[in-house]
Amino acid sequence: MTLTYYLVLAAILFTIGAVGVLVRRNAIVVFMCIELMLNSVNLTLVTFARATGTVDGQIMAFFVMVVAAAEVVVGLAIIMSIYRTRRSASVDDVNLLKY
Amino acid sequence: MNGLESIEIGGGETVAFWILGPVALAGALGMVFSRNAVHSALWLVNTMLALGVFYVIQDAPFLGAVQIIVYTGAIMILFLFVLMMVGRDSSDSVVETLRGQRVAATVLGIGFAGMVGAGIARATEGLVGVGLADAQPEGNIPAVAESLFTDYLLAFEVTSALLITAALGAMVLAHIEREPGSRSTQKELSRARFLTERPQTLPGPGVYARANSVAAPALLPDGRPSPESYATGIEPQEVDEMARPTGRGQLGSPDAALGTLDPAPLDGPAGGDRA
Repeated sequence: MTLTYYLVLAAILFTIGAVGVLVRRNAIVVFMCIELMLNSVNLTLVTFARATGTVDGQIMAFFVMVVAAAEVVVGLAIIMSIYRTRRSASVDDVNLLKY
Repeated sequence: MNGLESIEIGGGETVAFWILGPVALAGALGMVFSRNAVHSALWLVNTMLALGVFYVIQDAPFLGAVQIIVYTGAIMILFLFVLMMVGRDSSDSVVETLRGQRVAATVLGIGFAGMVGAGIARATEGLVGVGLADAQPEGNIPAVAESLFTDYLLAFEVTSALLITAALGAMVLAHIEREPGSRSTQKELSRARFLTERPQTLPGPGVYARANSVAAPALLPDGRPSPESYATGIEPQEVDEMARPTGRGQLGSPDAALGTLDPAPLDGPAGGDRA
């Protein structure tokens, strides 16, 4: 086995996440799929850090985690405020950019 | 195949990969395919834990710990909190709004996977694997700390601004503005309650039943479950009633309960030698 196996696994996880974003209707599950995509990219970064022999990839994965945490906080707050006005967390019901 | 084979991968790592790789894949697939959003969250926790172990075995123990603490510990708990607030029953509808969307998404996914696979093959073609042994001679955390606080110091500082902005934004978005006088007082609430059909409290779940779970409905005096005590979102569970002993014969004699089988001592010599 080589490091390529990790990259292939990360690619498959990213693809599953992308298909999930397209297929699922619940906004929270769509968000989880985005988290899965971010995680698989982190696995790629860590693997390339090991391949190139520098820790820069690990630092980038660290920053991705920080940005993901901030993004989740704001995104979930938006989902909650949408749910409060529309009583639904389905992305189908939010098709108008107005009240 | 390519230069990445120059990094020696031990047998333990191979075994860990072939165990945890399928676990991570199963978690991702389970997340996409499970109808219930809470199940999706738990599947995703599964995948994230597997990825955390991958980081640890790939010479990045700091990231592995951060992955488990931040992702599975904080972010997924946040997801579960919001799921519980928004409503566990907000499951997906099976109806497709756009016709053929699922098929199109799957075809797109397969095409995308092929494209990424080609990209990986191109990217790793001339790459010679080095390994992290030289880059972090004193261990992972000193190396990461040195890089983070010298080369990436500005990005690190900007990150703090990002986090504060995100926290403020979440507070602003989730905040409900109420008019100062719009909140009814306790007296008004009490008046409103006594004008309804039912001024007293609802029967609590599990009252007079044999279980104290929220799923167990309260029992009315005649033994029927009280519909007013059903919890929202949970199927009321049947609680089998305790068999009530009726009559002296089923209750048994007090002597049988104590375990003494001897008859009561009689007056006379037979009773004397027991003393």
